[in-house]
Amino acid sequence: MGQAYVPGLKVSERSIVHKERVLPLKGEIKVKKGDAVQAEQVVAATSLPGNVELVNVVNKLAITANELAECMLVKEGEDVSKDQMIAQSKGFFGMFKSSCLSPAAGKVESISSITGQVVIREAPVPVEVHAYVEGVVEEIHQDVGVTVKLQAAHIQGVFGIGGEVVGNICVVSRGIEDELVSREVLDEHKDKIIVGGAFIGSEALKKAVAVGVKGIIVGGIDAKDLRDFLGYDIGVAITGSEEVGLTLIVTEGFGKINMAKKTHDLLSKHNGKKASINGATQIRAGVIRPEIIIPLPKVEESKIKEAEVKKDIGMAPGKLVRIIREPDFGSVVKIKSLPVQLTTLESETKVRVVEVEYPDGATRLVPRANIEIIEL
Amino acid sequence: MATKIPVENIRSILATDCGSTTTKAILIEKQGDEYRLVVRGEAPTTVEAPVEDVTRGVMNAIGELEELIGRKIVENDAIVKPCKDNKGVDVYISTSSAGGGLQMMVAGVIKAMSAESAARAALGAGAIVMDTIASNDGRLPHQKIDRIRKLRPDMILFSGGIDGGTTKHVADISQILAAADPRPRFGVTFSLPVIYAGNKDARGIVEESLSKKTALTITENLRPVLERENLLPARHLIHDQFLEHVMQQAPGYKKLMEMTDYEIEPTPGAVGTIMQRIAREKNMQILGVDIGGATTDVFSVFQGIYNRTVSANFGMSYSISNTVTEAGLDNVLRWIPFDMDERDLMNRVKNKMIRPTSIPQLLEELIFEQAVAREALRLSLIQHKEMAVGLKGVQKERSVSDVFNQKGSETLVNMTTLNMIIGSGGVLSHSPRRNQSAIMMMDAFLPEGITQLTVDSIFMMPQLGVLASFHPAAAAQVFDKDCLIYLGTCVAPIGAESDGKKCLEYKLTMPDGKEESGDMVFGDLRVIPLGVGESAKLWARPVKSLDLGAGPGVPVEETVHGGVVGVIFDTRGRRPFELPSGKSERVAKMQRWLTAMNAYPKY
Repeated sequence: MGQAYVPGLKVSERSIVHKERVLPLKGEIKVKKGDAVQAEQVVAATSLPGNVELVNVVNKLAITANELAECMLVKEGEDVSKDQMIAQSKGFFGMFKSSCLSPAAGKVESISSITGQVVIREAPVPVEVHAYVEGVVEEIHQDVGVTVKLQAAHIQGVFGIGGEVVGNICVVSRGIEDELVSREVLDEHKDKIIVGGAFIGSEALKKAVAVGVKGIIVGGIDAKDLRDFLGYDIGVAITGSEEVGLTLIVTEGFGKINMAKKTHDLLSKHNGKKASINGATQIRAGVIRPEIIIPLPKVEESKIKEAEVKKDIGMAPGKLVRIIREPDFGSVVKIKSLPVQLTTLESETKVRVVEVEYPDGATRLVPRANIEIIEL
Repeated sequence: MATKIPVENIRSILATDCGSTTTKAILIEKQGDEYRLVVRGEAPTTVEAPVEDVTRGVMNAIGELEELIGRKIVENDAIVKPCKDNKGVDVYISTSSAGGGLQMMVAGVIKAMSAESAARAALGAGAIVMDTIASNDGRLPHQKIDRIRKLRPDMILFSGGIDGGTTKHVADISQILAAADPRPRFGVTFSLPVIYAGNKDARGIVEESLSKKTALTITENLRPVLERENLLPARHLIHDQFLEHVMQQAPGYKKLMEMTDYEIEPTPGAVGTIMQRIAREKNMQILGVDIGGATTDVFSVFQGIYNRTVSANFGMSYSISNTVTEAGLDNVLRWIPFDMDERDLMNRVKNKMIRPTSIPQLLEELIFEQAVAREALRLSLIQHKEMAVGLKGVQKERSVSDVFNQKGSETLVNMTTLNMIIGSGGVLSHSPRRNQSAIMMMDAFLPEGITQLTVDSIFMMPQLGVLASFHPAAAAQVFDKDCLIYLGTCVAPIGAESDGKKCLEYKLTMPDGKEESGDMVFGDLRVIPLGVGESAKLWARPVKSLDLGAGPGVPVEETVHGGVVGVIFDTRGRRPFELPSGKSERVAKMQRWLTAMNAYPKY
């Protein structure tokens, strides 16, 4: 048996998924080990001290520091709203009073009769981490976060943009070869994760943002459309922090490429269900690929583990593979044989090849490096 | 590391090089009195899920080698050692650059000052700057921490404050970095490198916060006083840290370390050993290049001084999109001898980026990749020239007004006095025709005067570099017999003339005594066959507006060496070298030149 060259991306009907959810700073864990959590649920939170506004009251009222206490209208620890009067001078026989307004909403932290300054602390900034996936809290990481475990249909895309979003799947393109066009993107797709077929163009992308679509899963996109959509070109494939109004996951590659049937079938099977998706991609050693996670009702774990152990990445006659380079980029074919000898290609390159069979029975030699195994 | 057998008993050596994209395995064996290359195998490097273990790619490459030689080397997932009954090998060694490119975060106190200097230092060292963190960047501390964690930088460069200035803001930034507790990309085997190049008075504070959580190193302040920038020490340190901490490491690296009999060397270090040896033995000024998937390494020896740079994000697979973005699509397209649809071309670049191990099957894809290679080589040489300015630590100061002018100190690299170019790396070593390697290097480097061109036959310099560390004799024998391929000699006058005007006359006295003579017109290429191991006496006189190294219009006489291509007269111009701006004219010229070089079967 030949060795695997390019392992394929995961398209798993059922996997065990573990998601670590961690706060940027130490805080409070809101759940217990064993708790069932919803994707949108806050599992850990902390608050950052609010910004500080220094108000030089004595200058504003034209008084001395030791007169400050009798001019103050609020006390230390008291809440104040923006533009609330916090101090007022006595004036001249009760006339010509000067006043000082709070520049922000918050709490009076200190009133200094030495410097004549009042410190207003704005409200704390809450920082929350959501579960992102629907599952059970498997582990608590003290003061910082949790790991959530679940059984889910798990699909990896090849490239994505945008971060984590949760929404219901809505399969729009019924065929794997269909282009998702703007007229198919409807108002009812607001907050949904819509699924296309082979391609999405820039118009449909813009419409999806306008409608309020949360995520798009599609087979291919033109690099030029992506550049226009983002406003810049991606040099190194490190994404996930784009703020473009939605998360996009490309399952096959750049250009018009049919979505793998297995991927489309799996998404169609779960049409209407809630899914968690993340477009974050890092293509370098220690790669991160975008993900689609669709939670499933629990079954006995031993069955899933058995399936994972059986997985191998070798090439063997009969296996289904996808061609990942021109010509016939994106075609799904079957391995017929694995010739040992080096073969000369049209480019005159001498490489090891694999003989593949197309659905219509035609056969062709393809470099071993130019196929990826379709993970079952 | 495994138990070593004595060097004198070594008869069979297995050596691998784990690149970011491909893992190459070679088998060297003693045949009679000398060591020779026997066979070579390769397989994609396995740093992606589900494998995420560089040793799997090693085993796959060895598997290919076993199939080709028809003999077992591995049994039960382990290399059989020592070699017995025609099974196994005596020694296993490896180099690695599997860790790939360099993506950094930089931090500074003021966004427009120290943080910007830090970003410039990182860019100058060939890194991609993923984000710039500064006290005044408008983000809250937790947002900065979150960003550091999500981006997983390979390294952080941190600056701030002039020497003797306030240390408070430096302390704030170091607290943020410490709170982020940044984790390296590759698990637990090493800590994330953090370089501090800020106010020297804050070094203690920074050490206190970061030395336990990160691999902290400290160097000179990037901005010791407000009006002076001092980037070179930080750039060199980034470079060293990249080689030491990032480049060679990858998932499964620890396992690989246990498999090898000698320490794993970073690929550029091993290739550098070989380059220096060539320069020393041949007493030449050389320029070497190793173009990989994620990085392009450039080596030079000028005036006896060796310099090495790793352009961490110019390459042919993981970094292909960055190479095209940095070079500009037009600069890539100018090398293609036919019209290509821009939209289609952009898709092809991105598809190679997301599936980096694929190879060009169609001729037009090969031509396109070789066009990108020219730009990766050109940009890497620019970076090398900027950094190859003499001995480390010897540098010129730059003022604030110089900051926006990237011209630094005088480079040591002199294309006119250069004697030999050595190409290595997949796209140069494995080009289907050696003529393609020659024209790629000529286009990218634009050698001036008389320059010998060579390539690494099958891309094995990294393995020979590490072999030379414990068995120099074996490395030397394989290098001389099996590694270096002589392509020929490029003769290229400096200057410009009117297109089509006679600009050079030459006479070559061939080994058999026959004379080949002729005239060259400006804007042309001509190849005169002269075989490997052969040399000829060249007499050439340029017109007054051109210079072959001896001065404008001054004739030169020199012995030139042949190779698989021959002697190449290149009168396309140097300083400037210009391509026509009109598409049809450019395509016609490219086709003429590539035809003269016999580079491709068709266009």
